[in-house]
Amino acid sequence: MTDKIDHISRQKFMEELRRYQKGSVTRRHFLGVTGLGTASAVLGAAMPGLMPRPAFAQGIGDRVILATWPNYHDPANFDAFAAETGAAVQANVFGSNEEMLAKLQAGGSGWDVFVPTNYTITTYVAEDLIEPLDLSRIPNYDTAAFDQRFAGPGTVDGKVYAVSKNWGTTGFAVNTTHSGDTTPATWKEFFDLTQTTFSGRTMVHDYQLTTIGAALKAFGYSFNSIDPAELAKAEELLIATKPHLFAISSDYQPSMRSGDAWMTIAWTGDAKQMNRDMPEIVYVLGREGGELWSDFYAIPKGAPHLDAAYALINFLLAPEVNKKEVLFHGYPVADSRVNALLPPEILNDPILYPAADLLSALEFGAAATLTDPNRAELMARFKSA
Amino acid sequence: MQRRLATGLLLAPAGVWFAVMLVLPLCFVLVASFGEREAAGGFVPAFTFEQYLNLPARGTAFVNTLILAPLGTALALLIAYPLAFYLAMRSSEKWRTTLLILVIVPFWTSILIRSYAWIFILGGQGLPAVIDWLGFGPIRLINTPFAVLTGIVYGYLPLMVLPIYVSLERLDKRLLEASADLGAPPLRGFLQVTLPLSLPGVATGCMLVFILLMGEFLIPAMLGGGKVFFIGNALVDLFLQSRNWAFGSAVAVSLVLIMLVTVTAYMALMRRLGGTRDDVAMM
Repeated sequence: MTDKIDHISRQKFMEELRRYQKGSVTRRHFLGVTGLGTASAVLGAAMPGLMPRPAFAQGIGDRVILATWPNYHDPANFDAFAAETGAAVQANVFGSNEEMLAKLQAGGSGWDVFVPTNYTITTYVAEDLIEPLDLSRIPNYDTAAFDQRFAGPGTVDGKVYAVSKNWGTTGFAVNTTHSGDTTPATWKEFFDLTQTTFSGRTMVHDYQLTTIGAALKAFGYSFNSIDPAELAKAEELLIATKPHLFAISSDYQPSMRSGDAWMTIAWTGDAKQMNRDMPEIVYVLGREGGELWSDFYAIPKGAPHLDAAYALINFLLAPEVNKKEVLFHGYPVADSRVNALLPPEILNDPILYPAADLLSALEFGAAATLTDPNRAELMARFKSA
Repeated sequence: MQRRLATGLLLAPAGVWFAVMLVLPLCFVLVASFGEREAAGGFVPAFTFEQYLNLPARGTAFVNTLILAPLGTALALLIAYPLAFYLAMRSSEKWRTTLLILVIVPFWTSILIRSYAWIFILGGQGLPAVIDWLGFGPIRLINTPFAVLTGIVYGYLPLMVLPIYVSLERLDKRLLEASADLGAPPLRGFLQVTLPLSLPGVATGCMLVFILLMGEFLIPAMLGGGKVFFIGNALVDLFLQSRNWAFGSAVAVSLVLIMLVTVTAYMALMRRLGGTRDDVAMM
C-alpha cells in the first residue's frame, strides 16, 4: 500500500515536473486572464532553460512563444531547438479553440506560433487573425507527403495558412478497474454510467465542441449540430449529468492517473499516454461517432518573433523530430515520411489508428460550431449551472 | 494659488492613472452591457436590456459567490484574529519578526502553484486517503465547495492577519493595565478594550479579503474543478470562451453594483460599531 502510493506520487511528481516544464501546470483559466506574463515570469525564473541566452549565429532571437494544447510536445525537442537556435520555446497551454480565438481577438497575445484545429481556420482567415505562410521558409513541409484529408483545411482560398501538425479522434478514456463488464461502448452508455455507478468520477472537456458534441451523439445527432431543438436535448442531458461529474476540465490526465477520476472525454494522444503507463485505462470511440480532427501549426498576425516562428515550425516538421514528437505524445501524423520512421507497434496501435468502421462514423468539426452563439452560451450555462 | 497648482501636479499621475485604467474601462463595460453579441465575438453597439434580463442564467454563480465570499471572509477572520493576537500581544520580541515573516512567506510563491499543491492535498490520495485509513470512510474533498473554501481561506489569510496585527500592535497596552487595575477580569478587558480598539484592523482585513474574494476565479477554477463557479469564473468564460462581451459586461456591471451596495452597507455598520473613530476601514 505504502509502496504503491509512494510509487505513484513519485511518478506524479515527474509528470508534474514535465508539465511544469512545458508550462501546462498553468491551468487555462489562469493563463487566460492573468496572462502569459506572470506565468512565464515564474516559469522562466524557475527554469534555466527558458532564460535568455547569448545570441546565436542565426539571429532569430532568444525566444519563441507557442500556444498549444496540453501534453502535445516532447520537451526534449524544445531543448534541442533551443540548443540549435538559441531561441527558448515558451509553451502556453489551452483547453479549447474558443479560448485561443478569444485571446487572438482581444489582441496582443504575443504568440509566435499557435495550434488551431481544422474547423477554426476559415474563421481566423475571415477575422484576419492569421498570417499566410511563406512555405519557402518551411522547407521541411512537403505538401506531397501529407494526407490531404488532414492537411487540406490548412489551405483557404488557395492560400496556405496552416501546416499539418497531428490528427486524431475524440473519444473517451475509461479506467476498466472500475467499470469491468460495464465499460461503455457508446456515448449514451458514457452518460448513463456517469449518472449511476461512476457518479462523481467522470470528467468532460471544458470545450464546447467535444462536450456538447458528446451529448449530441448520445442522442444520435450530429456532433456539429446547431439545431436549437437538438441543442436543447443536449443541454438537458449535460445539466442532468453535471452533479455527477468529477470536473469540467480539458486537463484530465492528472486526475485520471491519480485515480480521482475514472472516465473522461479524451483525445487520442492523451489516451495513449495514459494507456502506456496504466494499461487499465482504455480508449473508446463512441459507436455513435464523434470527432475526427486535425491540428495545425500557424502563425498569428503580428507575431513578435516571426523568424523564430518559422524556424520552430520547420524544426518540428523535420521527420526525425516529428517522429520523436509522436513517440512522446501518441498522436498520429499525416506525414508519410514520419510514418515510414515509426515502429510498427505504433502504426498498428488501435488507439492511434482506429478500425475503419469506427473511423467512418466520425465527423470533422464544422466551422459553424465555433461562432454559433447558442453553442457558446449553452456551454457557459452548463458550466455555471 | 501656487499651493493649488502643486496639489494638482501631485495628484496628476494618480488622476491620469484612474481615468485611463478605471474610468475609461468602466465606461466601456457600461456601454457594452447594453449592446449585443457579435457572432464571432466582440459586441455590436445597441440599446437593449436583453443582457440584463438574461442575468438569471448566471444565478448559480452569483449565489455561490455571495455565499462563499462572506463565508471565506468570516472563516479567515476566525483563524486570523487569534493568530494576530498571539503575534502582537503574546509572542516574544525576539521571535515576533521571524513569525511575521513566516506569515508572509507564502506570498513568495505564486498562488497558482500553491493552489496546485492543494489539488494533491485534497485529491483522492491526499487527505481523503488519510481520513479513509483512520476509518471514517471514503470522502470526496477536491472539486467541492469545501475545497474552494479551504483554498480561499488559505490564500487570503495573510491579508487578514496583517491589518489586525497592526491595529493590535499599536494598541496602547497601558489601557489594559488600567482596566485590570479597575478590576476587570482578562476576558472583560479583552471585550471592552482590546476588541473595540482592534476593530479598524478587523474592518480593513475583512474588506480587503471580501472584495478580492468577490472577484476570485483562480481558486474556484482549480479546486472546484469547474463545478463551483464564481462570478469571476462566469466572467472569464464569457470573455475568454464564448466571447460574449455584451453579456459579460452586464455580469460585470452587476458585480460592481453588488459590491458597491455591500461595501457601503458594511462601512456604515463598521462606522457605527467603531463609534466616532474615523480611521475605520481607512487604513
